[in-house]
Amino acid sequence: MEGSILSSILFATIVAGTPLIIVALGQLIAEKSGVLNLGAEGMMSMGAIAGFAISFETGSVWLGVLGGMAAGALMSYLFAVVVLTLMGNQVATGLALSILGVGLSAFIGKPYESEILPTIEAIRIPLLADIPIIGEPLFAQQSLVYFSWALFGAIVWFLYRSRPGLVLRAVGESPSSAHSIGYPVIRIRYMATIFGGAMAGIGGAFLSVFYTPLWVEGMVAGRGWIAIALVVFATWRPFRVMVGAYLFGGVMVAQLFVQGSGLEINIPSQFLSSLPYLATIIVLVIISRDQNTVRLNAPVSLGQPYRPDA
Amino acid sequence: MLRLERRPEASHLMSYASPAIAILLMLIGGLFLFAFLGKNPIEGFKVFFINPISDLWGVSELLLKATPLMLIAVGLAIGFRANVWNIGAEGQLIVGGIAASAVALHFQESEGAHVLILMIIAGCIGGMLWAAIPAFLKTRFNTNEILVSLMLVYVAQLLVSWLVHGPMMDPDGFNFPQSAMFEDSALLPLVFDDGSRVNLAFVFAIGALLAGYVFMFRSFAGFQMQVAGFAKDAARYAGFSARRMIWIGLLAGGAMAGLAGMAEVSGPMGQITDQVSSGYGFAAIIVAFVARLNPVGIFFASLLMALLYLGGEQAQQYMNLPSSISLVFQGMLLLFLLGSDVFINYRLRWKREVAA
Amino acid sequence: MTSESGGSEALRLELQGITKIYPSVIANEDVSLSVKKGEIHAVLGENGAGKSTLMKMIYGVTRPDAGKMKWEGEVVHVENPAHARSLGIGMVFQHFSLFETLNVVENVALGLPGNPDLNQLAEQIVEVSNRYGLPVDPQRLVHALSVGERQRVEIVRCLLQNPKLLIMDEPTSVLTPQAVRKLFDTLRQLAEEGCSILYISHKLDEIQELCHVATVLRDGKVTGDCIPSEETPKSMASLMIGKELPVPEHNAPVELGEARLQLNRLNKKSDDPFGTDLQDIELEVRSGEILGIAGVSGNGQQELLYALSGEELVDDADSIVICGKASGRDNPDRRRVGGLGFVPEERLGRGAVPRMSLTENALLTAHHAGMLNHGMIKFDKIAEFARKCIAGFNVKCGGEEHAANSLSGGNLQKFIMGREILLAPKMLVVAQPTWGVDVGAAAFIRQELIDLRNQGTAILVISEELEELFEISDRIAVIANGRMSPAKNLADTNIDEIGLWMSGMWEQGAADGTEAQANA
Repeated sequence: MEGSILSSILFATIVAGTPLIIVALGQLIAEKSGVLNLGAEGMMSMGAIAGFAISFETGSVWLGVLGGMAAGALMSYLFAVVVLTLMGNQVATGLALSILGVGLSAFIGKPYESEILPTIEAIRIPLLADIPIIGEPLFAQQSLVYFSWALFGAIVWFLYRSRPGLVLRAVGESPSSAHSIGYPVIRIRYMATIFGGAMAGIGGAFLSVFYTPLWVEGMVAGRGWIAIALVVFATWRPFRVMVGAYLFGGVMVAQLFVQGSGLEINIPSQFLSSLPYLATIIVLVIISRDQNTVRLNAPVSLGQPYRPDA
Repeated sequence: MLRLERRPEASHLMSYASPAIAILLMLIGGLFLFAFLGKNPIEGFKVFFINPISDLWGVSELLLKATPLMLIAVGLAIGFRANVWNIGAEGQLIVGGIAASAVALHFQESEGAHVLILMIIAGCIGGMLWAAIPAFLKTRFNTNEILVSLMLVYVAQLLVSWLVHGPMMDPDGFNFPQSAMFEDSALLPLVFDDGSRVNLAFVFAIGALLAGYVFMFRSFAGFQMQVAGFAKDAARYAGFSARRMIWIGLLAGGAMAGLAGMAEVSGPMGQITDQVSSGYGFAAIIVAFVARLNPVGIFFASLLMALLYLGGEQAQQYMNLPSSISLVFQGMLLLFLLGSDVFINYRLRWKREVAA
Repeated sequence: MTSESGGSEALRLELQGITKIYPSVIANEDVSLSVKKGEIHAVLGENGAGKSTLMKMIYGVTRPDAGKMKWEGEVVHVENPAHARSLGIGMVFQHFSLFETLNVVENVALGLPGNPDLNQLAEQIVEVSNRYGLPVDPQRLVHALSVGERQRVEIVRCLLQNPKLLIMDEPTSVLTPQAVRKLFDTLRQLAEEGCSILYISHKLDEIQELCHVATVLRDGKVTGDCIPSEETPKSMASLMIGKELPVPEHNAPVELGEARLQLNRLNKKSDDPFGTDLQDIELEVRSGEILGIAGVSGNGQQELLYALSGEELVDDADSIVICGKASGRDNPDRRRVGGLGFVPEERLGRGAVPRMSLTENALLTAHHAGMLNHGMIKFDKIAEFARKCIAGFNVKCGGEEHAANSLSGGNLQKFIMGREILLAPKMLVVAQPTWGVDVGAAAFIRQELIDLRNQGTAILVISEELEELFEISDRIAVIANGRMSPAKNLADTNIDEIGLWMSGMWEQGAADGTEAQANA
């Protein structure tokens, strides 16, 4: 009995952490190239509505995920044009992207507000899924959960084992040096930014197609911002992104279990719902206290515009 | 080949022309949007931009909606000039509204001006308290104020939701999530006696714009903040205190947002609900940018943004479009502005390829 | 394709009529030069003459607007640096193109084609660095390296590709005199092996010592070619600047007055994880003298300047005494009130706000000079101050309403220097007074400093240009590894000794006499 509660807490935690992982890892890549895109909330919203609408219209989950990815990528492309080609302020442009994405998704999503998608079956891995306690959480998940783990592995390999990853880190540290030894800084930053947008789109689509699965205005509920905070918290290291995402996942599902536990705890639901946001602040405080760690790990050129003189 | 080339010196002309270009691009984008949605673009344009202000009542509604935007934007602009990015004005507005409502509900029986005065003070202090959290964390632990102030928006929304479902709920309100209606002594007096809803807050807003102007362009403190925004190291070299600027920047934004919150509950709403704000805190960010962080610009940009709100309502009513269309226009406007700003420092040149 | 001129087979590089135009300046106009195999070819010119732009075009970082480039007799259009490297062109940048958070092997790998195996590459690095006397440890992170070591990494990176032409952009500005000699040995060895070298510099003595031929640039144009060994510094200088090198009026000693700056066991841990900690610094500057501080960059100069200006506070207030007042805990503003003036190294963004007008930039530090009225700015007063500064210090600009970033480096430096001097400081701290400034402005600035000292101001100058320090200082000290050497009277020392001290060897030198000259 206790085992099954533990198992379902773990299960729900992993599910809740998954969109954060996908979005935060995408942003990590963009930030490693030196681009700070605060528009994750908007890109996720667009990914969520695009994913939902396309899944709903076509009946295909995968077309939905692809659509969400495309929507996120398109939004980030818009961002990239403004900050990389037109050298707009990255902070302000990211805000604009958030506002635009949240607004546009609400606008597009109006007709879909009362619709619902069929629940997607989990993929059970034979035998492993039957292991007590950890079997269900780890080996009987939906496909995008497995995708988030594959993404983690791929990104670790890319950043620390591959040459393009080395180039990406170099561009983020010193775009002028990278330019002077001949790397196309702007093109690399475009690619990293669009990758970040694509991942944010998938993260949004996960929410609307797999997690809920329905569309409500404002359903992203700050997850895009939390993902950005997560990258800072992780001091730009993929493994710590994973840890952080599951921590947040745990905080997010905690309220459901407290409410569903039948315990005689009389806490207003609003207080429990505010926990992820308060946790974000606490986590930021903890990591920011140690400025040296942040400075040693942050991409040096993060947020600064760069334009090679032709 | 067309390419961008750095100007020898920033163009003053372009820094004023760029918002105009952005507005024009937004209008063109809007025409395409209407066409894309299968509506007549000209008709859409009329419903959205002309109809809302075709009579005096419309104009007064425009001023009413523009009031909180002016207040918040001028407060934010003070911080933005020093690169203090308070993007949590929405939350500060809510907390200001809560504090003012608490005063109003506490003095339900009393008459006299003190109720309103206390509400104004409470509103400002509420907003400042909420803004003081990111300020404290930034100065003490160097925590990113963007993320903290934004997280606190969600917390404020949940806070007000709890209050109007609990402690502040109207006991005779059939369990609706809202407070009792305020007494007359807790309502801001109207400015015109022609039936319009424009209230005293509009006068406050004009006053705030004037004070903001003097602070930004005439005072040494305003100069210091501008230096910090343009060149952080120069501010440090001159010995301007970065902590002080963070506090001033955030508290100014918080106080004005709190006042705007007070003006909402004490003005058009007359009570507090969980819908205190209509996204004014975020819209004011756009206002501040479009206005080039300049109070004169803020006056006009607030009117424009208010028009987008009214246009959205009209579009919902007459064209059967979701009112969130105004958010789309807002986002487009800011994005176009940031893009066209490139021409302040750069110009387009036709450049021939090198002859082989 | 063959060249029309005879004997061209020995020409490695030939430039014909290269022109490059930027919006506000013509960087290069009709520049032609040719480099032979195994030749060390100097490109000489003062700051802003267009040397660096020319080199960037050869290396493919930027492209010319007109003219053609021939490489071993063939016309080429260098598309990008990778293309240049595949031709056999290597370049060592003045401000290195290295990545601090990566290690040496990764840095080298980034400059090589393909995807080299890092372990194998590390071995190659060691091999090449031994052959040319350029010791580097492949596994160390670049931020932990000294400037000299970083330069070696850049050179090794080039050498690994067996270049036929090596471009060196102002390579000696970061080296001690002893290290310069070792670098020259390496370069001569390379030239003997057949590698051509383009050597960019504005230092006449170095060019005379090292280079076979020289092309002189002025305002983007070639003003002459010469054989340095047959010229005098004077004749080359007149090619370079169109007149003789101005020398500041000589330094008659002035009666020394009271101590204006005292550093008493100044200790400061650097806030920057890559920075240098200051250790037990003792120093005194008195009224009527110029104290010069020499040193290779990155040895604690930045940290010392931050501590002196008050941009960083130190724990012990008494460790910094300005005009008799313990100031270690005072912010920059309060130190300025106490009589300190400070001209930082970075003009745009620290000494001045790029986007603000000169008037507003005057207000930056001059606000105590009666320019405020109950916290409100008196605009007429600051404009007047700015005009006085522009006129008095010969600042060429469109007027006080123009933005700081519209001025040339030299004129902005004159403005900042003027602003600080007009505030009548009792103690003036100046960092890199003439860095990146044209010869005329440099001479003007040095003369201003000497005049100020003659009027009794105490002046501390931190510079990486030894020649400059020897020209203007009364006493000279050296900072190395965050420690300060004793100060010596100019008459009692020479460039060689100071150069040796720059590698931190003053204690040793004091202990075992005057030998150990060569190996720094």
